[in-house]
Amino acid sequence: MSEAEQKTETPEANPARSGEMIRALVGVAAVSGILISVVFQWTLPAIKANRAEALQKAVFAVIPGVKTVVTFEVTQEGKLVALKEDKEAEEKMYAGYDQQGQLAGVALEAQGQGYQDVIKILYGYNPEKEHVVGINILDSKETPGLGDKIGKDPKFLANFEALDVRLKEDRSGAVHPLEVVKQGTKSKAWQIDSITGATISSKAVGKILNASVPQRLPVVQKNLDTLKEKP
Amino acid sequence: MQDMAGQTAAPTLETFLEGIWKENPVFIHLLGMCPVLAVSNSAVNALSMGLATTFVLVLSNIVVSSIRNLVPSQVRIAMFIMVIATFVTVAEYLLQTISLEIYAALGAYVPLIVVNCIILGRAESFASKNPILPSILDGLGTGVGFIIAIFMMGALREILGSGSLFGVALFGDQFEPWVVMILPSGGFFVLGFILLILAWTQERMKGEAK
Repeated sequence: MSEAEQKTETPEANPARSGEMIRALVGVAAVSGILISVVFQWTLPAIKANRAEALQKAVFAVIPGVKTVVTFEVTQEGKLVALKEDKEAEEKMYAGYDQQGQLAGVALEAQGQGYQDVIKILYGYNPEKEHVVGINILDSKETPGLGDKIGKDPKFLANFEALDVRLKEDRSGAVHPLEVVKQGTKSKAWQIDSITGATISSKAVGKILNASVPQRLPVVQKNLDTLKEKP
Repeated sequence: MQDMAGQTAAPTLETFLEGIWKENPVFIHLLGMCPVLAVSNSAVNALSMGLATTFVLVLSNIVVSSIRNLVPSQVRIAMFIMVIATFVTVAEYLLQTISLEIYAALGAYVPLIVVNCIILGRAESFASKNPILPSILDGLGTGVGFIIAIFMMGALREILGSGSLFGVALFGDQFEPWVVMILPSGGFFVLGFILLILAWTQERMKGEAK
C-alpha cells in the first residue's frame, strides 16, 4: 500500500469502515458495562461487610471493653439520631456498649495536617471520666519508620489511655488544652509524650485532638442521655 | 482483515518462559516502572500488585485475542484501553472483597494498572496478532515475570527497610531498620542494584559462551 493510498483510509473517506468502528467500540463498551455492573453487584455485600468490620475493629481498638457499636448521626441542630445500617451521614459518632449494654465510650473521627499529608484518627472518649481512652490512626502518609510510629509505638499510644480532656463549665472548650512535650517529660494528665524522631507527627496528633475536643465533645455531653440508652 | 499479518506463534513453553527471563518486562524491557517503584515497599504490597496486574494482563490478552478479527485497526488502541479498564475495575472490586487493608495500601496504583504499559504492550504486540492459547501463555509468562520482579524488590526492601518479611520480624530488637529502603529513593537504589547484577551476569554469560 502506498502512502497516498493510506491517507485516504480515514473514517470520513470510508463510511462503511467508520460504521464498523462504531459497532466494534459500542459492542465492547456495552459488554464491559454489563460485566462491571455484574461484578459490582456481586461484590457489594462482601465489600460492605469488610468496611463494617474494619470500622468495628477500629472502634474496639479505641474503647476498652466494647462489645457492640452503634453509629449515631449528628444532626444540624446538634442532636443525635441512631443511624440505620447502610445510611450515610455527614457527621457521625460511634457509641460503644459493653456486655451489659452500658455505654463504655464514644469514638469520634478527627483529622488534620500531618508532616506529609492529612492524618485521620479515630479516638475513644469516656464521657463519665472525661478522658480520651485510646486512639487509632485510620489513614496517614507519614514517613515510614519515623512519622508512622504515631500509630505503632506502644509508648506513644499509652499517652492516650487516660488523657485528661475535661470541659469547662460552659462547655466552650477543654479546661487544659493538650500539650505535646518532649519524650519522657510528661507530668500532667493532659500532656502527651512525643516520639523522638517524629516530633512533627506527634505534635500534629495533639493539634488534631485539640481542634476536635471543643467542637465534638460538647455534643457528646449534651446528648449523654440519648447515648446512654442503647437503641 | 488486511493487517492480520505478523508473527503467529504456536502455544509452546517458549512463549511462557520468554516473559519470565529473556523478555522480563521489568528487568529487560524496563516497563511498568511506576508500580514497581511505588508499591514495592513491602512483600505483601508487591505480591498483591503483581497478582492484580497478572489477572488483568491474562484476561485482557484473552479478550483482545478473541476479538482481534472483529475490531478495525484504527480503533484497536481505544478498544484495548476499554478492555483493560474493565478488568482493572473488576480487579479493584475483587481486591476490596479480599482485603481493604491491601486495597488502601496500594491506593491510586490499582486504577493506574489501566495505563500500565506492560499490559497495553502485550495486547498490541502479541494478543492482537495471535490466537487465544498462545496469548494466555504470553500473558501468564509476562505476568509471572512481573510478579517475580516486583516481589524480589518488595521482599528485599522490606527485609532491609523494616527488618521483616510479610510483616514477620526477622531480626531481634537490636536491628535498626535501614529506613531509606522503604522510602521512594530506596526503590531506585534496589532497582539499580538488581539491574546492575543482572547486566553483569549477562555480560559474564556472554563472555563464557565465546
